[in-house]
Amino acid sequence: MTDTTTDNSSEQGESGFSLAAFFRSPAAGAFMGFVVVFIVFAIFGFSRNFLSIAGITTWVNFASLVGIIAIPVGFLMIAGELDISTGAVLPAGAMTVAILSGHYELPVLVGIFAALAIGALIGFINGQIVTRTQVPSFIVTLATLFAVAGLTLYLSILFINNTNSFYQAPAWAKSLFGGKFFGFNSSVFWWAGLVAVFYYFLHKSPKGPWVFALGGDQESARNAGIPVRKLKIGLFMLCSTCAAFAGALQVITFNSATSQANFGLIFNTIISVVVGGVLLTGGFGTVMGIVFGVLTLAIVTQAIGFTEIDRNLSFLIIGVMLLIAVLMNDTFRNLATSWSTSKKK
Amino acid sequence: MSDGKPVLELRKVDKSFGPIDVLHEISLKVGEGEVLCLLGDNGAGKSTLIKTLAGVHQPTRGEILMDGTSTSFSSPREAQERGIATVHQFGGTYPLMSVGHNFFMGMEPTKGVGPFKVYDREKANRIAVEEVQKMGITRITDGDRLVGGLSGGERQSLAIARAVYFGARVLILDEPTAALGVKQAAHVLRIVNEAKRRGLAVIFITHQVMHAMAVGDHFAVLIRGAIAADFRKGEKTREEIADLMAGGESMADLEASIEGYMETHEGHPPPPAG
Repeated sequence: MTDTTTDNSSEQGESGFSLAAFFRSPAAGAFMGFVVVFIVFAIFGFSRNFLSIAGITTWVNFASLVGIIAIPVGFLMIAGELDISTGAVLPAGAMTVAILSGHYELPVLVGIFAALAIGALIGFINGQIVTRTQVPSFIVTLATLFAVAGLTLYLSILFINNTNSFYQAPAWAKSLFGGKFFGFNSSVFWWAGLVAVFYYFLHKSPKGPWVFALGGDQESARNAGIPVRKLKIGLFMLCSTCAAFAGALQVITFNSATSQANFGLIFNTIISVVVGGVLLTGGFGTVMGIVFGVLTLAIVTQAIGFTEIDRNLSFLIIGVMLLIAVLMNDTFRNLATSWSTSKKK
Repeated sequence: MSDGKPVLELRKVDKSFGPIDVLHEISLKVGEGEVLCLLGDNGAGKSTLIKTLAGVHQPTRGEILMDGTSTSFSSPREAQERGIATVHQFGGTYPLMSVGHNFFMGMEPTKGVGPFKVYDREKANRIAVEEVQKMGITRITDGDRLVGGLSGGERQSLAIARAVYFGARVLILDEPTAALGVKQAAHVLRIVNEAKRRGLAVIFITHQVMHAMAVGDHFAVLIRGAIAADFRKGEKTREEIADLMAGGESMADLEASIEGYMETHEGHPPPPAG
């Protein structure tokens, strides 16, 4: 009965940095991918200013806007859902700020809060439909993607008779939301702050495990008393609100907004999340992994002009990277689940 | 065994879905520190019975008594709050989460003050490992280990330990040994005995007579939604129980034909319907 009790209750569980534990974490693959890409690009870009301030800020600035959205998209993927409506919510948020604060000259904060409220509302609708029906979230958010994109175009024409708009924020708002510090946009600092908040929520707060439970086994989660519906709707709202916030940052940074849907953003967020080690099937992932996923994507797409690598190869690199990441995620999952105390070290 | 008031009792419970009667006049009771084995083949109504006990279904007729007073559970949540814990065949665990997380899912311990409470990983892991070890699973020593790396028996044990720790009074085990090998099943049976020793009322659903004999105090055989036999430990031999479960010719025939179909079905296409 008492089978092989390999119970050497030795010095495991001691907190602190352990190399073995790091390599088992899902963020490890994303981190190593980032390091490899960075080194390769640094070598090929040494003579082309890849390591200059201009070179670095180019991709970090890009990463910040994608990253603000990618982390909540990752939360949803961990919870077993997908949100692709972000591609329409970002322009909707941007146009809201441009129309309210620009065209109608309302205070900038009114525009920003209205944008956030619209984002929250779209997320609420996504969440309600997903939790009340059996329709997969991919289809639901595909529908809202087009619905919101169409509505944004229609309303833009209706209110300002133009699909594009310009907006010059007052100086204080410009420096807070769209300024530059040593070449880094304000959005980089907002992103850094949000990363800290999201990291706390997912990995430190007592509610974080619930997100994983949703993607792990929803029925058990419900039985364990987790408010499955509320949590899921909340995550959809967080995701859309972040997308709208990124839109607000964008319009204040670049002084212009377009109501065209940003389909590239959808791919960028999902690629970042998967490269960042989140399992497509849910239940597994880390905030730091997504951060490295975003940074890697940003280097490959944005910084390639600062290297001797042909610009046209960037999509090829991303495709290959994505495949490797998915295969690695599987391997890491197997490693993690087969990690037994007897096999340690 | 302890013959005090039964913790949970069913009196002439019927359950029908529309015109289809699934359960007929089921009367059962289980007391503290007692293991009631529900034996029955697939389709005998076991899962409907479990769901009725766990608050998923409400009985069409008849009543459920808890501690001698008539009661009804409007939801699984309510049944849980009253101390009825159900552990399903696969344990209801999250394979990609740690032992500590699985153990405390939904009831996370925290440290810190105010809005900045932090999940107390050390405490969760420590308690989870302690409780699982108390249940006799000594192989789990690290609360950070992912549950996906545990064996089926260990997962069951974790789920049972969790139910016991959070104050379950009635433990419903739905085919806990069905998917397990011999050694793993023995693990789970030992845990059932441990739960019994701690005074829980256990309802153990199985179709393996051997497993039922090993832990049961009281047996009920369910055939086509009705209790075909009800007896206590020692009153019948294993062979007699097995015969009862087979339930006369018609049941035996049915079983044989189903098995025959499944054998041909596996790997080979089923023979064309004549």
